Amino acid sequence: MGTITNDTKSVQLMIQQNKKKKNVRKTTESLIPTFLLICAVISVLTTIGIFFTLLRESITFFTEVSFAEFFLSAHWSPWTGNFGILSLIAGTLLITFIAICVALPLGFASAVYLSEYATEKTRKVIKPVLEVLAGIPTVVYGFFALTFVTPILQSLIPGLLVFNALSAGIVVGIMIVPMIASLSEDAMSAVPNSLREGALAMGATKLETTFRVVVPAALSGIVASVVLGVSRAIGETMIVTIAAGASPNLTFNPLESIQTLTSFIVQGATGDTSFGSTIYYSIYAVGMTLFVFTFAMNLLSQYIVRKFKEDY
Amino acid sequence: MASKEAASTSKRIKGRVTLNKGLKYLFLLATLVGLVFLALLIYRVLSQGIGYLNFDFLTNFPAPFPEEAGFLAGIMGSVFLMLLVAPIAIILGVSTALYLEEYAAKNRFTRFIQVNVQNLAGVPSIVFGLLGLTFFVYLFGLGYTLIAGALTMSLLILPVIVVASQEAIRSVPNELREASTGMGASKWQTIWTIVLPAAVPGILTGSILALSRAIGETAPLIVVGAATTIYAIPDSLLANYTAMPIQIFSWIVRPQPEWQFVAGAGIIVLLVILLAMNAIAVWIRNKFQHRY
Repeated sequence: MGTITNDTKSVQLMIQQNKKKKNVRKTTESLIPTFLLICAVISVLTTIGIFFTLLRESITFFTEVSFAEFFLSAHWSPWTGNFGILSLIAGTLLITFIAICVALPLGFASAVYLSEYATEKTRKVIKPVLEVLAGIPTVVYGFFALTFVTPILQSLIPGLLVFNALSAGIVVGIMIVPMIASLSEDAMSAVPNSLREGALAMGATKLETTFRVVVPAALSGIVASVVLGVSRAIGETMIVTIAAGASPNLTFNPLESIQTLTSFIVQGATGDTSFGSTIYYSIYAVGMTLFVFTFAMNLLSQYIVRKFKEDY
Repeated sequence: MASKEAASTSKRIKGRVTLNKGLKYLFLLATLVGLVFLALLIYRVLSQGIGYLNFDFLTNFPAPFPEEAGFLAGIMGSVFLMLLVAPIAIILGVSTALYLEEYAAKNRFTRFIQVNVQNLAGVPSIVFGLLGLTFFVYLFGLGYTLIAGALTMSLLILPVIVVASQEAIRSVPNELREASTGMGASKWQTIWTIVLPAAVPGILTGSILALSRAIGETAPLIVVGAATTIYAIPDSLLANYTAMPIQIFSWIVRPQPEWQFVAGAGIIVLLVILLAMNAIAVWIRNKFQHRY
């Protein structure tokens, strides 16, 4: 008898306790999505923070320096009060141009080789090794450009300055090779084999299949990867800071020393820049310019992928 | 007549086949350029730095003479940075990914967050430095401190972790979720006991790769004021700090050539640590990741 009542009691108790537990769990579980949402919103806040930061400090900058001087003058020497960003933009474009001249042929050819010619085994070895290149810190690339690439170029091109756009641009190009290779290879691998087989059955060589069938089909992915590469080259900082010099020049001569948008930001942030000075605000105006350039490139790349993506 | 035609056709075919073969080797050559470059880079760094790499280098603080210069402040600075960045970035990143994959309705707001994360991944790292400088250094009044640097770095690698975690969570098959729910588990129980454990290898792999990127990042730390000469290991969140790439950078830009060797020694340490982290990431991926 006693045991039975005990049991019924304990069962009732258990049910009650279980209910209580469930209620507690229910309330905690209803809080979890809210917590996760808050975390997700932080990434949005970061973007808003970037916009807000760049915009607010740039506006302060433009109360001190006119729009016209900033965008139309090529004389950039903030320590003497000259803020003409054209020479920094020219430096950035020069580096980007050299980098793409290096990265596009190398990256594209690597992608073609890995996707169309290499055996599965070779690809499995080469691809990860190539990706190691992408994981090397840019400060190391800068070191390599300054202490290895520049001396070699100097022995080939007499009169080349120690700090020059050519050396920095080449190394930036090498840095983005794995990105272009990897993304283009993904795009080309996504082209279904039936298309290749069709071309081969018609008597086309592998080369003809690649360039008349696979590349056109994967073109949007390839173009998008190049646009992303351009964006990376524009935003690259340490290689150009170390190897390209700090002389804002409106020049498209790769043998000269130049300064880019990013390397000025580094210089401005490490120099004797006091908070609230015009130079301090100029860092943000330059940052804003850089952000607009890279943001446009990233949007363009996403647009290309979305717009021209072919589904098989 | 016919044999002439046949001869010219076979000639043409031969030409096409030769072209195919020739260009194949050209493509291979181009692929090898990247690899040769990597080999040269590693050889160069080793040959420059190995002479200066010794026990004292690892345990000394910076010094005015290259022979006595040490890397301890940089190593410990990077370690402490990562001890802060890892939990902040991983918790925020995985939570964001869980929200997007498991809870979010497929509406415009979700799509907005998703696009926003993708765009954030393409923002140059130095711009994150400017964000950190404004918010953490000045607005929150943290100054040039370890925590300001860590928060900046966390936001920088957040998008990478979100994307990697999303992929890992998405690859957990729905049957597992349905089975768990069918057994009476609640949504969170399913996520916590079924989905997350299955996704952990992917999340970890992505996080380690993101962290190894953060260890090598220089530009944003320069902007948020990591110092180049520090004679102590940071002892609080509000301590001044330095990091490995910052110290390497400060050595590279010195005009005396001996400092290049010190920089080389620092780069060897940095690359060994990065290589180890990458190896761990690859090991986790191969060991634990399986397809269902």
